[in-house]
Amino acid sequence: MKIRLIDIAHGRSGDKGDAANVGIIAYDDNGYEIIEKHLTAERVKKHFEGICFGKVERFEMPNIRALNFLLHNTLGGGGTVSLKHDAQGKTLAAALLRMEIEV
Amino acid sequence: MKEKIRIASGQGFWGDLQSIPLQQVTKGPIDYLMMDFLAEVTMSIMQKQKKRNPSAGYAKDLIQIMKEILPSIMEKNIKVITNGGGANPLACSEEILKCAKKLGIDGLKIAVVTGDNILLNVDGLLSRGIELNNMETGESAKNIQDRLISANIYFGAEPIVEGLKQGAQIVITGRTTDTSLTYAPMIFEFGWSFDDWDKLASGVVAGHILECGAQATGGNFLGDWKMVPDLARVGFPIAEAYPDGEVIITKHDNTGGSVTTQTVSEQLVYEIGDPSNYITPECVADFTTIRLEQQGKDRVRVFGIKGRPATDSYKVSMAYHDGYSAVGTLTYTWPDALEKAKKADEILRTRLSDLGLKFDEIRTEFLGVNACHGPLAQIQNEINEVVLRVGVRGHRAHDIEQFGKEIAPLILTGPPTATGFAGGRPKPSEVVAYWPALIPKKLVKPEVIILEL
Repeated sequence: MKIRLIDIAHGRSGDKGDAANVGIIAYDDNGYEIIEKHLTAERVKKHFEGICFGKVERFEMPNIRALNFLLHNTLGGGGTVSLKHDAQGKTLAAALLRMEIEV
Repeated sequence: MKEKIRIASGQGFWGDLQSIPLQQVTKGPIDYLMMDFLAEVTMSIMQKQKKRNPSAGYAKDLIQIMKEILPSIMEKNIKVITNGGGANPLACSEEILKCAKKLGIDGLKIAVVTGDNILLNVDGLLSRGIELNNMETGESAKNIQDRLISANIYFGAEPIVEGLKQGAQIVITGRTTDTSLTYAPMIFEFGWSFDDWDKLASGVVAGHILECGAQATGGNFLGDWKMVPDLARVGFPIAEAYPDGEVIITKHDNTGGSVTTQTVSEQLVYEIGDPSNYITPECVADFTTIRLEQQGKDRVRVFGIKGRPATDSYKVSMAYHDGYSAVGTLTYTWPDALEKAKKADEILRTRLSDLGLKFDEIRTEFLGVNACHGPLAQIQNEINEVVLRVGVRGHRAHDIEQFGKEIAPLILTGPPTATGFAGGRPKPSEVVAYWPALIPKKLVKPEVIILEL
């Protein structure tokens, strides 16, 4: 069965220099089990092909059912250097929620 | 010791809703109002303002806000802590004193926290072998030494606590960490020791939740955002803090927005790196130990937080000149909106090249199509309109300016249905790049100055 990440999780994203931080929070324990298993750093890196040009780091926060991803080399230089419309990566959490997962 | 204190967030950034501070001090009981004005590049903007005018260089908005709230904070004995002093906390504080005098207030004490500005010390530090390498790239600061605009230490709660101990009603700081504005009053009121890592970490977490204002109370909420009530009258977060480190996040009654474990969780993951290693000047907080519990409507209990000893460095935020940039936009409509925008981009790039202009980067985005989500965006066949957005960046100001002159001509010399050029030619703006570094704590010391009326 295919599920849409947006149906089981929400999140927020922002900037840390040229890296974007994408926090994904599952709505319930079952949802956290799914993202904990399927939302690997490799999977996220592949999802953001053409957007993220550096490595992806993943951090687990089971206490709030969240995963935090750091997407390096993603914001076109970051801060006022970036020519991107979304220079601070504010929309990247929504972009990750586009993912579909086979469970 | 007080049984609890209520610390309210009044601003989440420089330019936030101006009506909030007055709302926070009048709509219900609070003991402290904290206001965060500083983002990463804000200090460089303020430093430039100060260079042009020695009495400028702080958040001007703060003066208007203080005019509005001074009578209430004096009457109710609410203390105000803010980093709105920016690059010139002393001038900012003197201006606030002037306002207070005009309002007929007396007995006002302001603590000014300075010493964070090390711009004039950077050359000396580098020559003494203090490296100030870029934390992200490892590059030596010597490469940008001659282009520096600002260099500021992120101080923590210690000097703010010192100001409160000296009886200040208002504490105005330069570059301090956003979180310290919230946990300094907890240290002061509850007498927490500076090696009580768990309590300090609890305060840091409360600070992280408050520092972006309404982002904790339903603003920018990506969950079920349509269910957030009355965002037009959104209430900003309030931390109800207890001596043992527990905190309840709430907001005033009869305000919009909502406080749930979901709205608080989203703020907890905002702009963090390794959650188990959230470094502040006073402790390292472990965000993987945070526990949240809904305690009725618009009340979230935050507890269980663990902390570890602080590091021996302060973070330094430096900013330097890195060339110029400009962005131009044009709108194209049906039919073939995207095809026309792409053609216009191609024509523009050919003309820039024929003119021999040199840029470090040219970036084209199609707003309405894929500007934000890039290759992830699903492209519709029949779009009604699209905004072509072209940005250039480089080190030759003249070339950036020439780029600005090439946008409008596309209306008459390119594909049809171009519109939306009311703003005039894009002007070059200076690119200010950010340089994060570390400095040993023993080399710098904050200073607390008391001004009285």
